[in-house]
Amino acid sequence: MKKIEVNNLTKIFGSHPQQGLKRLIDGEQKENILAETGMTVGVNQASFSVEAGEFFVIMGLSGSGKSTLIRLVNRLIEPTSGEVLIDGQNIVEMGKNELIETRRKKLGMVFQQFGLFPHRTVLQNVAYGLEIQGVKKEERNKRAQQSIEDVGLHGYENSYPKELSGGMQQRVGLARALANDSDILLMDEAFSALDPLIRKEMQDELLNLQNKLGKTILFITHDLDEALKLGDRIAIMKNGEIVQVGTADEILENPANEYVSNFVKDVDRSKVLMASHVMKKPAVHMADKSGALAAVRKMEEVGASSIFVVDKDNNFKGLLTIDNAISAYKSSLPIENVLIEDIHEISPETPLNDLFSVAVEAKYPLAVVENGKLLGIVSRVSILSGLVLGKKEVTTP
Amino acid sequence: MNYFTLPLEEWTNRFVDDWLLPVTGEFFDSISEGLRTFVDGVTDLMIATPPVLLVLILIIIAWKFSGKGLALFALLGSLYLGSVDLWEAAMQTVAIVIVSTLISIIIGIPLGILAATNKTMATLVRPILDFMQTLPSFVYLIPAILLFGLGNVPAVIATFVFATPPAVRMTTLGIQQVPADVVEASKAFGSTKWQLLYKVQLPLALPSIMAGINQTMMLALSMAVIASMIGAPGLGSVVLEGISTVNVGLGLTGGLGIVVLAIIMDRITQGLVRNNKK
Repeated sequence: MKKIEVNNLTKIFGSHPQQGLKRLIDGEQKENILAETGMTVGVNQASFSVEAGEFFVIMGLSGSGKSTLIRLVNRLIEPTSGEVLIDGQNIVEMGKNELIETRRKKLGMVFQQFGLFPHRTVLQNVAYGLEIQGVKKEERNKRAQQSIEDVGLHGYENSYPKELSGGMQQRVGLARALANDSDILLMDEAFSALDPLIRKEMQDELLNLQNKLGKTILFITHDLDEALKLGDRIAIMKNGEIVQVGTADEILENPANEYVSNFVKDVDRSKVLMASHVMKKPAVHMADKSGALAAVRKMEEVGASSIFVVDKDNNFKGLLTIDNAISAYKSSLPIENVLIEDIHEISPETPLNDLFSVAVEAKYPLAVVENGKLLGIVSRVSILSGLVLGKKEVTTP
Repeated sequence: MNYFTLPLEEWTNRFVDDWLLPVTGEFFDSISEGLRTFVDGVTDLMIATPPVLLVLILIIIAWKFSGKGLALFALLGSLYLGSVDLWEAAMQTVAIVIVSTLISIIIGIPLGILAATNKTMATLVRPILDFMQTLPSFVYLIPAILLFGLGNVPAVIATFVFATPPAVRMTTLGIQQVPADVVEASKAFGSTKWQLLYKVQLPLALPSIMAGINQTMMLALSMAVIASMIGAPGLGSVVLEGISTVNVGLGLTGGLGIVVLAIIMDRITQGLVRNNKK
């Protein structure tokens, strides 16, 4: 079921937005409209939809219109044209009371600068959404308490926001959005103001929370790493337009245009990381010590359908699949005869960047070889997880 | 530079004589009557209350909102006012200050809120405030006498004109200074305009509003002497008498009384500002 559906949503800032809209529909460039009329196109005919329970990330650099877009979804900014369907109801057409009701019941929001009420305690902040709905104090405090515990802030109920660290303040922001028990969470660069360590921690917790609570999340970020880590699907925005929507793999493997591929190329880690960072120690079979039967047993032991074969000096020989091993055993051939030898060999210094194309085409994992010796293997999974998780997680066993 | 003659004086007088007084006279009379009852009531109450009781209340308030120092000062100041036989005059001044400050707050704060949230209101209010603040106060004493007669009431009106601008401006400023992301958050969770105002904007603007009230009160007190020229009783009239009889001693005695009141009122309202900032 579609939770959020955005169709042809446009926002033009300026004195005569309808005129600008006409120019835009006639195919005029955004820069042209700005130069001739002084009006800024914030969001240009954006369309996408988010399924119930989906984690949908909108990624773009600053000025790409992503923060405007998320504010159009709950009408903190009035759209110029287009529609936003929340559970099938068009929020753009709603009257004042209906809009307020939808914001109260269906849309929670988390802000980059937290947006906490400085004059209210943590508990009062979290209970705010319920308070304005007229929920009785006892009931709303009980529910607020629950979401405070969900985000791990037990014991801070009576603190004021300024007494908390940035990370904790954003937990309050998250708890406030959760307390309303709305199905949808709008998160505007929610973790961008946090330092990297806290940010990672919050990302992990958000994923946990989403698994537990099954929220539909619309998450804005300028950080591709964050987008890849969090998003079930990712929309990439440029100049107010959505240029590609897809899963992390789809976007990495098939960038829709140059803009996206530049982004993907610019993933910090692909520059920094090399094959040696993401490679894994493979299960190996010593060719000259034992025969095909031992190789089959080893494969059974490690639960793989193929095994890399080396000699006693760890020189790389090739890949032995289970089928080949069995046929070698049946016809009593030495396993050297049935090895697959055209395995992609890469050096440990190969940057991850260059591995994409190779990995996409390769049937088997890539062998990392230096001076003829097998150091490790790189699978497609380890390239992607290397990108998303970074160096540390991959290299530490 | 007199290329043409602008008979502004004549026009104004004709407007006042032919229209303002005959047409609106009754209206202003009724306002005048209501205000007189109010000011006189407060004045009578202040004077009728036993000074000892009043001083005790004052000391408690001073202690609570400021501290021991001000409580002591309030005691000494009260003793001074009594010893120079100005207690009653001081109470008359305090009554005018309280009434005009109240009116300034009742009209000024809502006006400030409107100016902060409504652009048209803001462009309308700003020049009026500029006018009120720059027009010499003697100028509006004249119509105040015409419309409200002599005594307490025109004094309250003139003081209101003089003292309201800071209440309006500081309210507007306070509301505009509420961080945009906080306002946005309040809206995103489905606040109505009223909820946004009284649950978020007003509480956060309160220190600024209180500073505005403090300024209003100080300005109201500083009008005491000028207002005495249109017959307002109190410490101002004592000073005025000192001026007109070239009695330096009398002028100083009354002037010091005003200073004593100013310090006490200022410190108490500043204490309120501090309490709100916490």
